[in-house]
Amino acid sequence: MGSTITEKILAGHCGKESIKPGSLINADIDLIMCHDITTTPAIDMLAANGMNKVFDPEKIVVMPDHFVPNKDIKSAELVKKIRLWAKEQGITKFYDIGNHGVCHALLPEQGYVKPGMTIICGDSHTCTHGALGAFSTGIGSTDLAAALYTGQLWFKVPETILIKLDGRLQKGTYSKDVILDIISKIGVDGALYKAMEFTGELIDDLSVESRMTICNMAIEAGGKSGIISPDQKTIDYVKERTDEEFEIIKSDDDAVYERIIEIDVSNLEPIIAFPHLPGNGKPISKVGNIKIDQAYLGSCTNGRIEDLRVAASIMNGKKVADGTRMIVVPATTEIWKQANKEGLLDIFMEAGAAVSTPTCGACLGGHMGVLAAGERCISSTNRNFVGRMGSPESEVYLSSPATVASSAIEGKIADPRKYLI
Amino acid sequence: MKGYAHVYDRKHINTDEIIPARYLNMDKEADLAKHAMEDLDGDFINKVKQGDFIVAGEDFGCGSSREHAVWALRGSGIKAVIADTFARIFYRNCINNGFLAIESKDISKKVRTGDELEIALESGTLKNLTNGEEYTFLPIPAFARKIILAGGLINYIKNEAK
Ligand code: SF4
Repeated sequence: MGSTITEKILAGHCGKESIKPGSLINADIDLIMCHDITTTPAIDMLAANGMNKVFDPEKIVVMPDHFVPNKDIKSAELVKKIRLWAKEQGITKFYDIGNHGVCHALLPEQGYVKPGMTIICGDSHTCTHGALGAFSTGIGSTDLAAALYTGQLWFKVPETILIKLDGRLQKGTYSKDVILDIISKIGVDGALYKAMEFTGELIDDLSVESRMTICNMAIEAGGKSGIISPDQKTIDYVKERTDEEFEIIKSDDDAVYERIIEIDVSNLEPIIAFPHLPGNGKPISKVGNIKIDQAYLGSCTNGRIEDLRVAASIMNGKKVADGTRMIVVPATTEIWKQANKEGLLDIFMEAGAAVSTPTCGACLGGHMGVLAAGERCISSTNRNFVGRMGSPESEVYLSSPATVASSAIEGKIADPRKYLI
Repeated sequence: MKGYAHVYDRKHINTDEIIPARYLNMDKEADLAKHAMEDLDGDFINKVKQGDFIVAGEDFGCGSSREHAVWALRGSGIKAVIADTFARIFYRNCINNGFLAIESKDISKKVRTGDELEIALESGTLKNLTNGEEYTFLPIPAFARKIILAGGLINYIKNEAK
């Protein structure tokens, strides 16, 4: 009987040959990422308990992203605190303003994520990094404190749901539509406590970045992690970014799964997730006439260069509709620079959009595009809960970057396919 | 342990409702508590009393990993959350804080706001002192109980190191 990639990685990190779902383990952690919201409570806990030294400063990366550049005095205090803490702890991998970016976009981009690793961060979308064949999961601040101090963390080994994606995507549909469709099918708790492993023809076809979009939203189905066994594309992506060694771990052919879900994506349409759950997906043909006030392109889900390229190709020479605002937030500084070099930022600004510096910003209703009561936003982000992007009386519709772009042009939720030749 | 129930008979009550992100520029329990459940029930904070319980539907605490959700509830006086089921990170955060999260099937349909409940951890039973009913709940795993009894994960680690 074989094992899944998740079982193998976890076994290897607690000194076992093999491991069964349901067992409680204490696993070694290879990489801890810290951001501005969940880290300060962990720092306080450590200090209050006389735990004065982190286990290994080399294995910690710190990147304030949620409310940067500091949105107010309180956020400034949080960031100041982690900046001082990192310095005092000898943590040199600190991404301050000028090198900043949304943590889940920055971490793989800077070559920290390698196949076979265990990664944690006090952020639910840490599942993103499973796209490179790592076990990566979100945890809270107490977990973070414990791991920063001991280098280990307790886990219940999850059962795995295998999601087999076959067929080819039609023009105008993307990995975002695929994951919105999956969550709508299995429900926002359809993978509660489980690892979601993605495989199949479609995954082989997708770029590493597009795979990240899929794993990013595993948590929106309740999943503990999202994961994809590494292939040549993964290896090339990682080798471009780091010289460090890594081990290729994959699922066995006879691995045991809790469930296998097979989906053919050949006839998939662009999907829009209606308020107030990511699982409220509808195909664009069933959406009807929904006027929007704001179009938001950014986040750890879809703020990468390929997302900006698609959106810019649709918006080139067009204008954002009267009465609609568009905000573009490249997810990292590198992406911003690249988009600038390729003229994408000019295209957005000529169209009447505002381009911001990287930040989580309005994705979580922080700043740089917060919604008023009664306003509607189409967004390339991952969550559309009540009040997520601002007023509890506002509405967020989730979609791919292409649909955000076509909707910005029309001022209502619009099918991107007519803009793609 | 006895307390009065505040019932929210809804699935997928998420961390943005328990403590909206606009307050995450703060990390102290007392500050967060003032905004507990604000986007779900603006009056919650006026109704809740020290020692009360929240009773809710499936997947309570889904969404972000912010432990601020646990702190906001605890700071408001809530002693335990009893739900049909919990989202994973929220459940983990409760254990790590030594805060009681109890999973009892269909509980949100059985209890009404204002009912007085008694939790018996050892036997895994939940008594409704108002209507005399008795329910069972999933026993808390031994490992999690150790952490809860130690007063949370950090204390547990400290004890282990001794
Ligand atoms: S971009 Fe949004 S979802 Fe991603 S880490 Fe930031 S706040 Fe969370």
